[in-house]
Amino acid sequence: MELIWEGIHKAIQLLISGDDEVFAITRLSLQVSGVATLISLLIGLPLGTLLALGEFPTRRFWISVINTGMALPPVVVGLGVSIFLWRSGPLGRLGWMYTPTAIIIAQVIIAAPVVTGLTISALQQLNPRLRLQLLGMGASTAQMIVVLWKEARLPLLAALMAGFGSVISEVGASMMVGGNLRGETRVLTTAIVLETSRGMFAIAIALSLILLWIAYLVNLALTWLQQRHE
Amino acid sequence: MNEMRTLPESNTQAILQLRNLKVQRGEREVLNVPWLEVMRGEALTIIGPNGAGKSTLLLTMAALLQPAAGEVIFNGRALNRRWQLQYRRQIGLVFQEPLLLSDSVFNNVAAGLRFRGIAKAEVKRRVNDWLERLNIRHLAKRPARAISGGEAQRANLARSFALQADLLLLDEPFSALDAPSRTALQIDFQRLIAETHQTAVFVTHDLEEAVMLGNRVAVLIEGELRQVGRPDEIFAAPADMGVAAYVGVENILPGVTLAEEDGLVSIALDGFQAEVVGAARRGQRVYVCLRPEDIILQLEGENPRSSARNRLRGRIRRIVSQGALSKVLVDCGFQLTALVTRASMREMGLETGMTVSASFKATAAHLIPRQ
Repeated sequence: MELIWEGIHKAIQLLISGDDEVFAITRLSLQVSGVATLISLLIGLPLGTLLALGEFPTRRFWISVINTGMALPPVVVGLGVSIFLWRSGPLGRLGWMYTPTAIIIAQVIIAAPVVTGLTISALQQLNPRLRLQLLGMGASTAQMIVVLWKEARLPLLAALMAGFGSVISEVGASMMVGGNLRGETRVLTTAIVLETSRGMFAIAIALSLILLWIAYLVNLALTWLQQRHE
Repeated sequence: MNEMRTLPESNTQAILQLRNLKVQRGEREVLNVPWLEVMRGEALTIIGPNGAGKSTLLLTMAALLQPAAGEVIFNGRALNRRWQLQYRRQIGLVFQEPLLLSDSVFNNVAAGLRFRGIAKAEVKRRVNDWLERLNIRHLAKRPARAISGGEAQRANLARSFALQADLLLLDEPFSALDAPSRTALQIDFQRLIAETHQTAVFVTHDLEEAVMLGNRVAVLIEGELRQVGRPDEIFAAPADMGVAAYVGVENILPGVTLAEEDGLVSIALDGFQAEVVGAARRGQRVYVCLRPEDIILQLEGENPRSSARNRLRGRIRRIVSQGALSKVLVDCGFQLTALVTRASMREMGLETGMTVSASFKATAAHLIPRQ
């Protein structure tokens, strides 16, 4: 028990004193996962919309692919990205292995199916006749899609947050393709793994508290937005 | 079908024309309309039983359903993919459910105008005008999800009328409402259509509504357009058995023409010779169609109260009460269904098993040729 109390005590001291390294790690985590989520949104929103509203023969097949992608284990993604970015791999020449770019790529592969899949279900929850109604009112396809996004804004927001949640807390892929290099690719989760293995529980707890705080804020924002519309 | 063929090949008054239209669902043909025109300024109602293809026809008219064959011609120009959007911006569409957006009532009514890129001031003017005309101006700022079903359908109508579209297409817009809201909205709708000379196509399965709102009625049964004409024409002279059964002609009696003289046709029914005004060749097989309200029942032995040419004896087999009216099924060798008011029922003391005389006028019957 003493270990825990001491750990929490030191962690709070660390947070209050504003440790530079803890701050840098937090900032990198937010940047990497934020960019990865944004890219996932840019891929997932149009792709999800196409799969939800489009009419083409392979649609069901692609939706099942996306659903499978939603459950991709991060370590498998880490392995796949590593193979591609490895010095002798197909994209080895880019020199992205063990850089934040590599982590972003891996996180996009993890988050994009989540955002896409939840976009599909968000749009499919709308009354299918609403599309006919909007077209019948003279909406162009683009105008119709914008209105449908507005109608589904809450579940779409939830999709975005689920995407962010899936990557901010992910450790396997970041560790494998980022390498947990101090000051370069060390993010919250990889730092927690390292500090715990070194027995530095105070720092590990401090970093965990930050991670929990971020997760809490994301959920708080989502809950607030949903309540506001009730 | 004869009704349709007599229409001119092309009519400058027609705003929408359908030609040889066929719609398929999978391999099955669900709609077959060889010819239908919507005239500028008219209200055309499309009636038919459930599953007849009415909504399919309306969606095809709205260019939201691609026909397997045939043409939809708007203002003399055949629709194609390239100017579908332009066409959809000249029509309005109203469904049975209001399908309002999660926004204010005002913004809902403004939506279609904004899609068309109409100037802000004009949008405001038209939206307020139509909210006023449909008596929902006070709801303008309310969220659309916080208003009642009747109010929502008023908002739905307002957003379509506000478009000042060349053509309004409405799919059973009142059928989901409770009776008082429905009646109130029907009356308002009828008045607004008349005031604005709005051309409208109105789908309904309610015959009364069809007659009340339509200048002309098109009857769709099993995906086929069976008859188009004024409401009274369709009720008085249904084109075929299907239409007759649908519009409530309950007595459809098979017979053979014996003679025809001066427009009066003698027809042999099962054990009875009827005289009917109409046209039929001698020996022709026909159906004699009689509406139940045209059958007059009297107690046996009573002096005839009317000059009806056709008088039969029969035994009452069954009485079905329908509120103020009762249906009396009389066995005269074949079955005749008569409609009797509750007052007459009481006065005559009609009961199952009684023998009565049933009569109908020669002008009350309508003849349909039979194969």
